[in-house]
Amino acid sequence: MEKLTKLRSVAAPLMEDAIDTDVIFPARFLLLLERDGLGRYAFNERRGGNEPFVLDQPPYDKAQILVTGETFGTGSSREQAVWALADLGIRCVIARSFGEIFHANCFKNGVLPIRLQGEEMARMEKAARAGEEVEVDLPSQTIRVGDTAIAFEIEANRKRALMAGLDEIGAILSDDAEALAAYEERRARETPWLVLAPEQFGQIKSEEDAA
Amino acid sequence: MCPRTLYQKIWDQHVVTDYGNDEALLYVDRHLVQEVSSPQAFATIEKQGRKVRRPEAHVAVADHAVPTKRDGRRFADELAQAQVDRLKQNAKRHDITYLPMEGDRHGIVHVIGPELGFTLPGSVLVCGDSHTSTHGAFGCIAFGIGASECATVFAAQSLRQRRQKTMRVNLEGGLPAGVTVKDVILALIAKIGTGGGVGYAIEYAGSTVRDLSMESRMTLCNMSIEAGSRVGMVAPDEKTIAYLKDRPLAPKAELWDAAVTSWMSLRSDEDAVFDREITFDTSTLEPQVSWGTTPEHTLPVNGVVPDPETLQDDGKREKMRKTLEYMGLTPGTRLSDVAIDTVFIGSCTNGRIEDLRAAAKVLTDRKVSPGIRAIAVPGSASVKAIAEAEGLDRVFLAAGFEWRDAGCSMCVGMNDDRLSKGERSASTSNRNFEGRQGIGGRTHLMSPQMAAAAAIAGHITDVRDYL
Ligand code: SF4
Repeated sequence: MEKLTKLRSVAAPLMEDAIDTDVIFPARFLLLLERDGLGRYAFNERRGGNEPFVLDQPPYDKAQILVTGETFGTGSSREQAVWALADLGIRCVIARSFGEIFHANCFKNGVLPIRLQGEEMARMEKAARAGEEVEVDLPSQTIRVGDTAIAFEIEANRKRALMAGLDEIGAILSDDAEALAAYEERRARETPWLVLAPEQFGQIKSEEDAA
Repeated sequence: MCPRTLYQKIWDQHVVTDYGNDEALLYVDRHLVQEVSSPQAFATIEKQGRKVRRPEAHVAVADHAVPTKRDGRRFADELAQAQVDRLKQNAKRHDITYLPMEGDRHGIVHVIGPELGFTLPGSVLVCGDSHTSTHGAFGCIAFGIGASECATVFAAQSLRQRRQKTMRVNLEGGLPAGVTVKDVILALIAKIGTGGGVGYAIEYAGSTVRDLSMESRMTLCNMSIEAGSRVGMVAPDEKTIAYLKDRPLAPKAELWDAAVTSWMSLRSDEDAVFDREITFDTSTLEPQVSWGTTPEHTLPVNGVVPDPETLQDDGKREKMRKTLEYMGLTPGTRLSDVAIDTVFIGSCTNGRIEDLRAAAKVLTDRKVSPGIRAIAVPGSASVKAIAEAEGLDRVFLAAGFEWRDAGCSMCVGMNDDRLSKGERSASTSNRNFEGRQGIGGRTHLMSPQMAAAAAIAGHITDVRDYL
């Protein structure tokens, strides 16, 4: 995963609430098996119409930051929505709120989701519409636009992972390996009914083979 | 120990490493694997040279991309065929049980998990699909994850997560005739909004919930995600136990007895405090229909299409105008006057046996209005078999419905069943997003009996006139 520390770019305004992941990445493209190069399908139904889509218009075609409304990325869990945005060069999404799974998916792909409200959000919207340069500084958790500095929150684990471009699987298997093994042992003792034995699948497997 | 909620108890039980600040490495007992979110996840672990840590903790099935008119030949859609083939190969390579389309256990992931007894109370269950919240009906923490997290679960059988806040939704007063749990959840979402549950794990409680069947509880938890909440749950009770008994993957003999003892005590403590609590009276509810492009755009069936000009906020007014333009609706139109082209009964929300029974009851001795395409798609092969044993297929067919094989079908525009531009559906699925059922398709969400009534009338209508 590409590291993320500081971004400087215009912020593309997509001022609409409840943009769901079906809009960001329409379902029929989910049949593709790749995860790279998906940017061309992003917002497919919103592009190529009479009004040019904001991310196709200069200066926003080079934007690394997207500013949008409430519950951005609500709906389906498809990570393609994040892969497609990242492929278009978006590394940071600033919204009033997010769909939760989309929000979690961002961190796995080097994209920083930031929640802002009230005056601070109003300032961001203004900056985005005016095509002002915005700086997002992850180490200090600050957004700078003009003379304004806006602080944002992020969980410690996620911040570390984004800054280091960390692979989560590797991190768990190295930091938590012993705890995992101990947990599995305890689980077998305390809630043995949760442990599936491969033999339990025997019946199903043979039924299916006969089918 | 301080009083805890159901969610918190299961969470605590699954903490592998506590990182502080409510962040933890959470153990995952079960993972359902489907064709759309898994290819990139398998590719990730293979690229890293990692193995699946516990192959028996995963079950794979193809549901989204599969055609529901199956003749044993290769799919017409090459991409869909390739995706399903890939799932089968990946499962085989990693020693994961794969349930083939032709088999008796096939179906939509969220229908077959409980049918198999793979879904159990007190567990943590995940799937690369947002409607994983369905399984919470059994009193487990079940939530949807993205493809990267699927890869993490394959390799590490755990996820770094932050504990959710908790919300209890008390549903009280029972259900009037003609009103179902689908109407309850639609009305609830209309009330609290699609963002209303963001950040919360919802526990449904109250007299209405206690009286619900397991199927209905699944419908309720299924649509929690439409209220923004990844997790919806109901504490286990006798109904839960009765549903799970003798399911193929449920524990057996002494292990079953021990499990039942544990499950029957699994509930929120009397004095547990929820971060948010709401009570919703369901006793006077009317059948609900969605009119717009998010599930919160829902009104009672006797309502009228809202007028954007009554909105103060410029952004909201503009958004509503666009929504109505997309939906092809004029403000002030009675919802019950809106004509439809297509009726879809199925999906992980309403593709269970109870749903088919309810729709069939309305359809008995009646005919689908001329010119309407109507399809009934059982949620699983097992639901289909039960329905056929009860003769429901004949009721659907006699009324003029098509009777299909199991799959996600028209819930999601990525298989052969789609709406075309401008077509309007009465649908028992869960999402009315732009393009969800096909490019330019217009979706009206409702209960199975409401959809059946719409099929007969040719327009949206109040099912209570058909009972
Ligand atoms: S039926 Fe619809 S909501 Fe359910 S898993 Fe399939 S596509 Fe998703």
